[in-house]
Amino acid sequence: MIVVGGGVIGLGIAWRAAGAGVHVVVVDPQPGRGSSWAAAGMLAPVTEVHYGEVPLLRLNIASLQRYGAFVGDLEAASDVAVGYRRCGTLLVARDRDDDAALAETLAFQQRLGLSVTRLRAREVQELEPALVPSVRSGILIEGDHQVDNRSVVAALTAACLKGGVVFEKHSAVRVEADQGAVSGVRLSDGRVVPAGQVVIAAGARSSEIAGAADLPVRPVKGQLLHLRTRDGRAPVTRNVRGLDVYMVPRPDGRLVVGATVEEQGFDATVTAGAVHDLLRAAYELVPGISEMELVEIAVGHRPGTPDNAPLLGPTSIQGLIAATGHYRNGISLLPVTVDAIVGLLTTGEVVDEIIPFSPLRFSPVEQPL
Amino acid sequence: MGDPLVIADHVFSSRLIIGTGGAPSLGSLEEAVAASGAEMATVALRRVDPSARGSILGVLERTGCKILPNTAGCFTAKDAVTTAGLARQALGTDWIKLEVIGDDKTLLPDPVGLLDAAETLIDDGFIVLAYTNDDPILARRLESLGCAAVMPLGSPIGSGMGIRNPYNIRLITEAARVPIILDAGIGTASDAALAMELGCDAVLVASAITRAERPAVMAEAIRKGVEGGRAAWGAGRIPRRLYAEPSSTFEGLPDLE
Repeated sequence: MIVVGGGVIGLGIAWRAAGAGVHVVVVDPQPGRGSSWAAAGMLAPVTEVHYGEVPLLRLNIASLQRYGAFVGDLEAASDVAVGYRRCGTLLVARDRDDDAALAETLAFQQRLGLSVTRLRAREVQELEPALVPSVRSGILIEGDHQVDNRSVVAALTAACLKGGVVFEKHSAVRVEADQGAVSGVRLSDGRVVPAGQVVIAAGARSSEIAGAADLPVRPVKGQLLHLRTRDGRAPVTRNVRGLDVYMVPRPDGRLVVGATVEEQGFDATVTAGAVHDLLRAAYELVPGISEMELVEIAVGHRPGTPDNAPLLGPTSIQGLIAATGHYRNGISLLPVTVDAIVGLLTTGEVVDEIIPFSPLRFSPVEQPL
Repeated sequence: MGDPLVIADHVFSSRLIIGTGGAPSLGSLEEAVAASGAEMATVALRRVDPSARGSILGVLERTGCKILPNTAGCFTAKDAVTTAGLARQALGTDWIKLEVIGDDKTLLPDPVGLLDAAETLIDDGFIVLAYTNDDPILARRLESLGCAAVMPLGSPIGSGMGIRNPYNIRLITEAARVPIILDAGIGTASDAALAMELGCDAVLVASAITRAERPAVMAEAIRKGVEGGRAAWGAGRIPRRLYAEPSSTFEGLPDLE
């Protein structure tokens, strides 16, 4: 089989499928250097819950429940530590307006039965003393964690290589089909790699591959900053989210600050406005960041879909399976996606969990005559 | 069409205009636009790449909305004029919702930059719909410059605080000879109804719909608010009185003595 796309989703599927005895080819000109690399690795679906996206929240929670076991297996298979930290996430309000917004979020979270704790200003301050003293209130979400996404990329790459996965470092140009069934993938160098099963896990590029069922995925640009302290200790100990910005501290003292959400196609320009807005929003919450070194500005393209939820499962073409469109949740949805898609590849069964995320859900329904 | 809204010779049957900022997903935006019945939607050109596939513009084309580019995010007249030029080039329209923002805490319009940019754009053949403060004199100045519509705010963008100075909105609508579109501050359907009862010709709503828990339901509610308010404005409301006035008179009642 072929996996088109070597981000965490494609690599995860390739690793597990190879472990199940399948011969796997991953097609990607630069494996692991797309949105998986640019991401911040925050695993925070409860913190970032949105109205109208409850099924996506449930899928995320199912995925997070498997995270510990998934990274345990991955670290053992690859010998690479992935920095999975059960650190919790603190959502903070700067002022009274933010506090009103947090109250609404809290009410929604509680209605959904999620485990969250409202904190008064002083309690927030005690948890994270680097926060600006004027912080008004907070919500502690103890179940929202983080992983070092770049280490996940490295670990998955190593595990794939050990598992015998073959890498074709070219772009996939077209999915070849014969009488409505997949027969292989044509590469940018003209060769065709034959296969009876093809998984499209090409993220924002998924809609650019000819013959790949016109998956409704668009790029949504994000810019993130990497800051670093000199003493190797990040100013906060857990993920901190304000209304306009989030900060993810790494054990090496890095602080990932993100992210813009821009409908700008595949534009990858680093803009002064984004750096300014992110730094200002982060500085308003943690003034101490002004002393940090700005070491990197990352740009990525999230694979956005019309309802912000992924495309998982069989498509209209026999043998062509979608595992894409994860938008802001590619890292957090990794375990559940890999389990469901590898299960589908090896047993042919579509698990209940992914039925609401069928790639066919946007197709016009055929009306009976 | 019974009671059309006419802006610069373009006829609309809906008096609700949708702003697209803050939509949680393109799918929910599409549902909300459909439920609103809006025939025009405004898009921040600085936040959308017009050439990107599957974008917000595709959604609006599918719903049949006229696209009204805006200059949100511009803090000087020069930026707004440049952005309007880019919009004209990218979208092939002379229509522009002109915003010149004073600061990013309040997002209130900068009146001096606004007049300056409006004049430049009108001289350059643009059809300008000007987002402005609820200042009757400024509204009149914008109209006399040649703006196709004047768009006073009810309260700051995204605040949902409704119409803080109904008296000024009334002064603006009474004096105007171009359409007055209440822009910014609408929080819910009753705010939209009030705008129409004050004589506004249309209402522009973004956050109140896109950030609602159920955007499509709120879109329909606000559509009905606009329709109800418009009808009430034309129906001639009764005067307010300090004391009661019985709704039935005593004439013709049986004498029970």
